[in-house]
Amino acid sequence: MIWLVYDGSFEGFLTTIFEIYEYKWSSVHIRKEGTSIPPLFAEVRTIVTDEEKATRVWKKLVNILDSSGVRKLWIAWLSERETIEDTILGVVKYAIQLKQNVLSNFGNEHVLQMQQAVKSIGREKHRMEAFVRFQLTKDDIYFSVIEPDFNVLPLILSHFRDRYADQRWFIFDSRRSYGIYYDLKTAEFVDFIPNSLLSKNRVSTEAFGENETLFQELWKDYFKSTNIAGRKNTKLHVQHVPKRYWKYLVEKSFGI
Amino acid sequence: MQERIQEKLNILADSAKYDVSCSSSGSDRKNTDKGLGNASNSGICHTFTEDGRCVSLLKILLTNHCIFDCAYCVSRKSNDVKRAAFTVQEVVDLTIGFYRRNYIEGLFLSSGIFKDADTTMERLVRIAKKLRLEHRFNGYIHLKTIPGASDELMKEAGLYADRLSVNIELPTERGLKLLAPDKTFATMEKPMGYISNTITALNDTRKLMLSTPKFAPAGQSTQVIIGATDESDLEVIQTADRFYRGFNLKRVYYSGYVPVLADNRLPSLSSQVPLLRENRLYQADWLMRFYGFGAHEILDDSNPFLDLDIDPKFGWALRNLDLFPLDVNKADLEMILRVPGIGVRSAQKIVATRKFGNLGWENLRKLGISLNRARYFIVCKDPALEIKDHSPEALRHLVLSAGKSKFSDLWGVQTSLFG
Repeated sequence: MIWLVYDGSFEGFLTTIFEIYEYKWSSVHIRKEGTSIPPLFAEVRTIVTDEEKATRVWKKLVNILDSSGVRKLWIAWLSERETIEDTILGVVKYAIQLKQNVLSNFGNEHVLQMQQAVKSIGREKHRMEAFVRFQLTKDDIYFSVIEPDFNVLPLILSHFRDRYADQRWFIFDSRRSYGIYYDLKTAEFVDFIPNSLLSKNRVSTEAFGENETLFQELWKDYFKSTNIAGRKNTKLHVQHVPKRYWKYLVEKSFGI
Repeated sequence: MQERIQEKLNILADSAKYDVSCSSSGSDRKNTDKGLGNASNSGICHTFTEDGRCVSLLKILLTNHCIFDCAYCVSRKSNDVKRAAFTVQEVVDLTIGFYRRNYIEGLFLSSGIFKDADTTMERLVRIAKKLRLEHRFNGYIHLKTIPGASDELMKEAGLYADRLSVNIELPTERGLKLLAPDKTFATMEKPMGYISNTITALNDTRKLMLSTPKFAPAGQSTQVIIGATDESDLEVIQTADRFYRGFNLKRVYYSGYVPVLADNRLPSLSSQVPLLRENRLYQADWLMRFYGFGAHEILDDSNPFLDLDIDPKFGWALRNLDLFPLDVNKADLEMILRVPGIGVRSAQKIVATRKFGNLGWENLRKLGISLNRARYFIVCKDPALEIKDHSPEALRHLVLSAGKSKFSDLWGVQTSLFG
């Protein structure tokens, strides 16, 4: 068994796929650097990311699967599931072998597993589009901290850029320690956070901009008055708003 | 100042909460030229109330002053409640402030009729116009239109709003007469007809002239209250069916009556909200909108009420056992959609996947099909699991006892549609 370790970038993963074909390795497992310990008797190889090899794999796959299909592979990869690389490799091998777009064949175990990963991360992407709560700071930046299970920032960037085009905003993923900052022109990934702004992963009240406290109170009020007591259904509520997100929601616990 | 706006919001959100429409989908308003917001075509629920309903829009009344006296309505003239009214600017500021913080997808604005239909409608339109033109706001706007407002105002409303709704409230004319003496079907169907015709006319013009303005791009909807009067489910879905066909409505919402007022024409204050009945009506509605069922297939004069124990699709299948079993590897999509336990997405997946080879039970299970029910109605490449000559009663019993926990959960709570 060969245990292939790459640097954790998507280019690195595509390079790994290239080398699997180049060296005709069979029975391989692909893992991100530092994520898991190889079994005792595995042959471990470290893959060096090579942009040219990655591009060749990319083009080949676009030929077979279309760019929307390759985007699916990328989305599944963003799920960061421990064996997702092996799943995607299974799909790639199957597609190359058949030379056709196999992504709708849910009878194939790898396709099905990949589809499930895409679905899970898609669900969380949608939830983040819903549950991001911006707090306005004194510097006129709308700031939000999230802690998603999957790496969804790359997937939600365009949604927020298109929506909040006339305000500066910052969404920070505290689990992965990086964020997106939009400065009224472009939205970019950044890996710093202005420390003075935050206490315990929230904007500290001293850093609140004008009316921020008022709007949080109004939102909490609204949330309360829109409830219909005669229809109380906690199970359904929690199913829609899982508890792990509560600490980032103004109307639940966080905020002022 | 701050306390006053909080008080107004509490009063005017509280009285708007019985309007069940929460949809923010179906519009594709784009953010052009760096304005604020866009309308997401699929809609986004930003949070859920503790009763489990979606919150996607800031749903408020402009005012709860009302000259009408509808028995089921908390804002009715004769009810002794605190009254309040927002100014145009207050509604605009709340909407923008909430939207910028990503609390909401937009605004759902309704109102008590405070002077006459036109004055009220004009004020609603002014808010939408100000949001669009002064704040370059592209989020979702749903305006409740006021029955009796002039065509000119309706036209303006449609130009700035994504969706318009006229709430019919009671599914029968006799119910209206009893509980909403100021309203008739005719006064409510007139604006529905106007909106529907204008949408169609502008869509036709757009084919020739791309610059034709959008008019209520997310269409129109309505709501009917269930269980405040003695209507049957058959009457309810016939009314809905008439709206879907006659006025091309996007949605009909069903709202189980929540007893809030003591009145001898209404169910008593201690009566239960008919949540399960409401759920079954939504299921029936989905059958009409997404599964190709006609109203007459779901209920008829000999069965005027939906079965509360089983969902309406299963009920239909039991009445039509001669159409089954169905071979999922051969049948048309429209028939697969009629199999109990198979949803729209699963049916589409079956049709997509079978091109690569015939499906067996294991494949179907992995596609997410609830074989609990489906197994009695389909065959596939593997030997049949359960195709025997069950009577409808026996079949009903088999499924109900197998899925006991799932079905008993349905009692008293609102569940999601077709899991």
